[in-house]
Amino acid sequence: MIVKPVHTAKKTSLAVTQSVFIGRSLRHSLRNADAMLMAILLPVLLMLLFTYVFGGAIDSSGDYVNYVVPGIILLCAGFGSSSVAVDVAQDMTNGIIDRFRTMPIRSVSVITGHVVASLARNLLATGVVLAVALLVGFKPTAGILDWVFAVALIALFILAFTWLFAAIGMVAGSPAAAGSYGFALLFLPYLSSAFVKTDTMPEWLQWIASNQPITPVIESLRGLLMGASIREFIGWAIGWCLLILLVSLLWGMWSFRRRAGRR
Amino acid sequence: MRKYAVEIQGLYKRFGSQQVLDGIDLKVPEGSVLALLGPNGAGKTTLVNIMSTLVTPDAGTLLINGYDVSRERQKVQQSISLTGQFAAVDEVLTAEENLRMICRLSGLTGAEARIRSTELLAYFDLASARSKRAGTFSGGMKRRLDLAISLVVPKPVLFLDEPTTGLDTRSRRALWDMILQLKSQGITIVLTTQYLEEADQLADRIAVLDGGHIVAEGSPEELKSRVGGEVLELRNAEDEVIHRIPTSGSIGDVANTLQELMRQLPTETRVGIHRPNMDEVFIALTEKKMEEIV
Repeated sequence: MIVKPVHTAKKTSLAVTQSVFIGRSLRHSLRNADAMLMAILLPVLLMLLFTYVFGGAIDSSGDYVNYVVPGIILLCAGFGSSSVAVDVAQDMTNGIIDRFRTMPIRSVSVITGHVVASLARNLLATGVVLAVALLVGFKPTAGILDWVFAVALIALFILAFTWLFAAIGMVAGSPAAAGSYGFALLFLPYLSSAFVKTDTMPEWLQWIASNQPITPVIESLRGLLMGASIREFIGWAIGWCLLILLVSLLWGMWSFRRRAGRR
Repeated sequence: MRKYAVEIQGLYKRFGSQQVLDGIDLKVPEGSVLALLGPNGAGKTTLVNIMSTLVTPDAGTLLINGYDVSRERQKVQQSISLTGQFAAVDEVLTAEENLRMICRLSGLTGAEARIRSTELLAYFDLASARSKRAGTFSGGMKRRLDLAISLVVPKPVLFLDEPTTGLDTRSRRALWDMILQLKSQGITIVLTTQYLEEADQLADRIAVLDGGHIVAEGSPEELKSRVGGEVLELRNAEDEVIHRIPTSGSIGDVANTLQELMRQLPTETRVGIHRPNMDEVFIALTEKKMEEIV
């Protein structure tokens, strides 16, 4: 009969658990075309806006596209990462999380599944944005090694902010609430050197812009792609990303355990 | 000696200032169905959450299948399956993908997962909906899928938290049949419900939970007899009850009683045998609290 064990269950290895959850999250991503489209379309539109509408006013030499693209890439990566908060909040408010938790598996793997899918999704979106950038006149001078470092930096940035937003998704009351926190990452790049040089800002704002985590990442990325020196920024960039990653990981793991049995 | 699938002793749980469980003692024999009955907020879900390792109790011992929940969590998790209050299915995935995912997480290989999923889809009458997303399912279908997922690798103890809440009568009865079939195959089932009829139909034993205490426990028959046995109910032409006479319900007893009454009462008097139902039991057992509220 249906209850007769067909196969005796073996202990599930962490690798299998992890790959099942990654597969699940990738399927979710593929079936949520709206979020994906938004994550690509918004940065592309912003790039066109800044290149063709504001670009001339900010820098009339026509070279503005080379200045703004690294910022747009990070805006795309950051905003895209924030959508993981919705995925996580959805799981945390659905009964399925209780099922995972009561199984003899590492249930936090459900979150790492979302994180890995987000990384894949956002690297893809970054690729699309970069392709459009090349079409509208972006001319990077980077060599192969610079590109490798640039992609690695973008990946680290995505990873850090994905974990941050995964943690936010865990503590948010609902998927809708979780989604609204994403605006922060649409906003934060404006208070950095992403779109204009910080020395054009009032002094107090300059201080914020130069010391917030996104500025060194943007400057490093710009340096790598456009052949400028990154010595001054790369340490800060990696440091900030690792710090955000570490704090978010701890916060996320703690929240995941604390939320057990509560919805 | 009879073995118990669930043994609870002196269980306490407090959330903030609210004592949700206030000293619970409970035993569920292997292979039986226990219904946890109680009004909203009585602590049913908290009790199920503690039994299924989701929530840690403040005090008390709890053995599931002989394993201690606080010390042998993994062993307990290998012995149980939980079907929570909200259908625990992934709405974005199809029915088959849902099943295969849980199969893989339960340690089955890809090929085994495929076979087992097909088997369960057929058994739970979901074969035709196998490649539809679970999000498009009706409440009854979701619950069936939910139950199918719980049986991917059959565990000796199954927890069902309000399994039929929100279902229509037909789906509810279909689910009852399935629950009884699982019982007949030796699975111990602990279910919570607000429906008295459901407890009456499914459970070998009922525990009535109110204000964090078990206020009554016994078989449905035992609980009914606590409210009083069967009575002969006599109604006049206006359909008002004029007499209630306790009876054993046997043909001899009823005939004797009626023969006596025939001489005293008009012939149009109507007779019925009234047996206390679960509603009366429930209201009698939990009404003290209602009085306090009023």
